Amino acid sequence: MRIVFKTDYMQDIRPWKDTYQLMLYMILLAVVIAAPMLIDDFYLGELTNVLIWALAGMGLMVLTGHTGQASLGHAAFLAFGCYANIIMMEQGVPFMVAFPLAGLLTGLVGVIIAIPALRLHGIYLAIATLAMSILTDDIIVLTETWTGGVSGKYAPPVNVFGFDIDRWGTPKEFYYLVLGVVVIVTLGYINLMRAPLGRSFIAVRDSEVSAQAMGVDIARTKAMSFGLSCAVTGLAGALMGLFAGAFNNETFSVIISIELLMMIVIGGLGSIHGAFLGAIVIGFLPQFLSISKEWVGALFGGSSVAIPGLEFGVFGFILILFILFEPMGIYGRWLKIRTFIELFPFYRKDMFKRQKSYLKTERLR
Amino acid sequence: MSFLEVKDTTLKFGGVTAVDNLSFSVEEGEVFAIVGPNGAGKSTVFNLISRFYDPIAGSIVFDGHDLLKSKASEVATFGVARTFQNIELFDQATVLENLLVGRHRHRGTNFVSELFFTPSVKKQELQSRHFVEEIIDFLDLQAYREKRIAGLPYGVRKVVEVARALATDPKLLLLDEPASGLSVEETTDMRWWIDDIRRQMGITVLMVEHDMGLVSGVSDRVLAMADGAKLALGTPQEVQSDPAVIEAYLGHVA
Amino acid sequence: MDILQLLISGLANGCVYGLIALGFVLIYKATEAVNFAQGDFMMLGAFVTIGLTNAGYMGIPFWLAVPISISIMALMGYLLDRFVIRLMFGQSQTAVVILTIALGFVIRFVAGMIWGHEPQSLENPLAGKELRLGELVLGMEDVAVIVVTILLTWGLYEFFNRTKMGLAMQGASQNQLAAYYMGVPVKRVQGFIWALAGAVACIAGILFAAKGAVDPSTGLMGIKAFAAAVIGGFGSLPGALAGGLIVGVIEPFASRYIAAGYSQVAPYALLLAVLIFRPHGLFSQVRVKKV
Ligand SMILES: Nc1ncnc2c1ncn2[C@@H]1O[C@H](COP(=O)(O)OP(=O)(O)OP(=O)(O)O)[C@@H](O)[C@H]1O
Ligand SMILES: [Mg+2]
Repeated sequence: MRIVFKTDYMQDIRPWKDTYQLMLYMILLAVVIAAPMLIDDFYLGELTNVLIWALAGMGLMVLTGHTGQASLGHAAFLAFGCYANIIMMEQGVPFMVAFPLAGLLTGLVGVIIAIPALRLHGIYLAIATLAMSILTDDIIVLTETWTGGVSGKYAPPVNVFGFDIDRWGTPKEFYYLVLGVVVIVTLGYINLMRAPLGRSFIAVRDSEVSAQAMGVDIARTKAMSFGLSCAVTGLAGALMGLFAGAFNNETFSVIISIELLMMIVIGGLGSIHGAFLGAIVIGFLPQFLSISKEWVGALFGGSSVAIPGLEFGVFGFILILFILFEPMGIYGRWLKIRTFIELFPFYRKDMFKRQKSYLKTERLR
Repeated sequence: MSFLEVKDTTLKFGGVTAVDNLSFSVEEGEVFAIVGPNGAGKSTVFNLISRFYDPIAGSIVFDGHDLLKSKASEVATFGVARTFQNIELFDQATVLENLLVGRHRHRGTNFVSELFFTPSVKKQELQSRHFVEEIIDFLDLQAYREKRIAGLPYGVRKVVEVARALATDPKLLLLDEPASGLSVEETTDMRWWIDDIRRQMGITVLMVEHDMGLVSGVSDRVLAMADGAKLALGTPQEVQSDPAVIEAYLGHVA
Repeated sequence: MDILQLLISGLANGCVYGLIALGFVLIYKATEAVNFAQGDFMMLGAFVTIGLTNAGYMGIPFWLAVPISISIMALMGYLLDRFVIRLMFGQSQTAVVILTIALGFVIRFVAGMIWGHEPQSLENPLAGKELRLGELVLGMEDVAVIVVTILLTWGLYEFFNRTKMGLAMQGASQNQLAAYYMGVPVKRVQGFIWALAGAVACIAGILFAAKGAVDPSTGLMGIKAFAAAVIGGFGSLPGALAGGLIVGVIEPFASRYIAAGYSQVAPYALLLAVLIFRPHGLFSQVRVKKV
């Protein structure tokens, strides 16, 4: 049993509850900083991929997890960030300028899209964003002069503080670039969520009428959330483009949009942790499946043939289990386990009973 | 000019006239109650003041601000706070977070300073917290501070709604059926709280309530409504003995 | 004449979209849930029928296979409601959407495992037959698609607006609690609706596979049908059919008169336009939450 005694309001204002928790996060940070020394380049690449997905997940989390606006179209913003970054670099803009600018531009696009989206609720917003994501593919083809259309584009090496970085040539440096971006965004996200703006997001998510009655401007708050969400997603898209090396109209398909949403649901809607946990599942599932396939193959003497759609099938199945049995995602489950340990032996089964999902029902009662 | 002045206001929902050419005014410092049978249009009056609906005629002026020219979110910034008949809390947030949202109208920081959590943001957070803690003490919510709304019993939620409204540091507090669904003891508590809100905090209270005991115990004046229109206006005793009011209630029961 | 031909084949396609959209609307009307796997249900229905009747599989006579596969799909719909959707009570619409999208992934995977990923068509008695009306030559399958769709929509419409059961179901969708107090067996009604949606999906699948070919990813067509449902106003059965027809017709004409690539773009562009200007669809009324 472990009890945190609170003696000072700062304990609730700073991001960690006590030194113990702070220490855990410091150890985690030390491990990810040391990772290039600990694992080989292949797994470092996988870890980089996970971090990029986590970044995209944080982008969507702001909008869906914290503001309650479900988007099935965030791959469009990944694409926008990716192309904006590369096109600017091709025009001679240095990466250090093009990259944040790509995020900013994507954020602006998000704010513009928020204007019609403000009128759409729940499922209608989801379907509108889905349509937008489907159209992205065609728009990229139609704007071939800038985007390269079907033949696509290649990502050049980028220059950061005088270092030339590219995913294959210098995987360690690329990893640190991604890690740096992820850490900065995460810190900003944490700050926002403990400040009035973050609370107004949650207010809009849980009850628009009473948020309004508390003086929260719904339109501005949603536009802000869209803008932030898209900006972060745009940054993730730019990194994804660099990571992939080459990309075209099909890279950021609607399936990616859906996967991203599923990822944050599995991780746990409404928490920053959820974006990371979901990204770990998404990132390591293919590895896990191919290892277990070999294992099964060895056991039963069958050959390990590729099974098309397996990843998505398994992923879908995991998601169904989560929605049915743990709507709060992995992070929600972890919170329960932690509370159980901390309160042992005083944990009661019904402590979390009435907590349902974050996406509130729109049903009229 | 009165503190809150509702004048010749009418609102229709399709064929139903929810508010029918209604006028009344609330003076600073009083507790003003609205009573009436179900469907009389009481909550709709609140929703009009909150700017959730646009009336088809009339005017609503609060403390010199023409509310009909303002956005819904601006009403709170003028100093009007409210509770809801069917409880509209932020269910997935803790009690503390709910109350802190109440501080939103005093937000003096912007996006950039919050992103970096500058010292000014920190200072504001501490101030908000101090203010909210006073309300928590006032309404005895210490035990629930860190609890999520989703797991709280009904009676506590009702109190949290009042607390959240008080956290905005309002000049006018609108309470929509604060005692409905509460036990006798809880209703008694609510009665003393409303008294203290007016006397100690100096907040004007406009309340909708069915419990006549509570209404006559705390309010200075009462407005009785039926079918969206004014039936009677006066002291609790005057209104309770008004023949039109008795008729409306009996007619409603029959 | 050319235009007429284009129109007819567009209408036939539109009917399939319309039938899938019908499934969306059925479920939405009765339970306010959105079944994003409806397209995958259609694909599954097509494969079940192919598995039963095609010579390469079981070779059961077509007219026997059809009712069997419809029953199987109805049962699937019922079981899905009974063992999955009902557990979601109290969760949001959006959660149901995410769940059914995931279900679509699973169905596509399973169908691919069983029937492979090659496109296959349904062997049927109408294959290759034509209907000649003067200069106009129509494939019998197209004609069958249109006729069956119209009959089915009409039948369902009558059912919902005339029969006691149908009216009870409408009540259940508008206010579950009130319907429950009025003695409507809400849960049984829901199960029935999901079964009905399964059956309709199967019919759509049979028609689709008879005039073309299915593979597991055909289920993704459900997204287009969903667009059709929204264009039609999400909540009215004739609206769903109308939406389906609009989408079906707009596709060939867009690729003919604008540019080849645009047949994909047009339905979604239309959907976005509808959502921007009529946020709740073309033919629907807006409901405001009461506080
Ligand atoms: N959003 C709305 N849409 C349509 N009709 C509405 C709406 N809100 C209220 N009404 C109608 O307006 C009338 C007044 O409703 P209101 O909620 O103001 O009554 P009330 O006096 O608060 O009743 P109660 O004591 O039951 O709370 C009722 O007939 C109600 O059905
Ligand atoms: Mg009311």
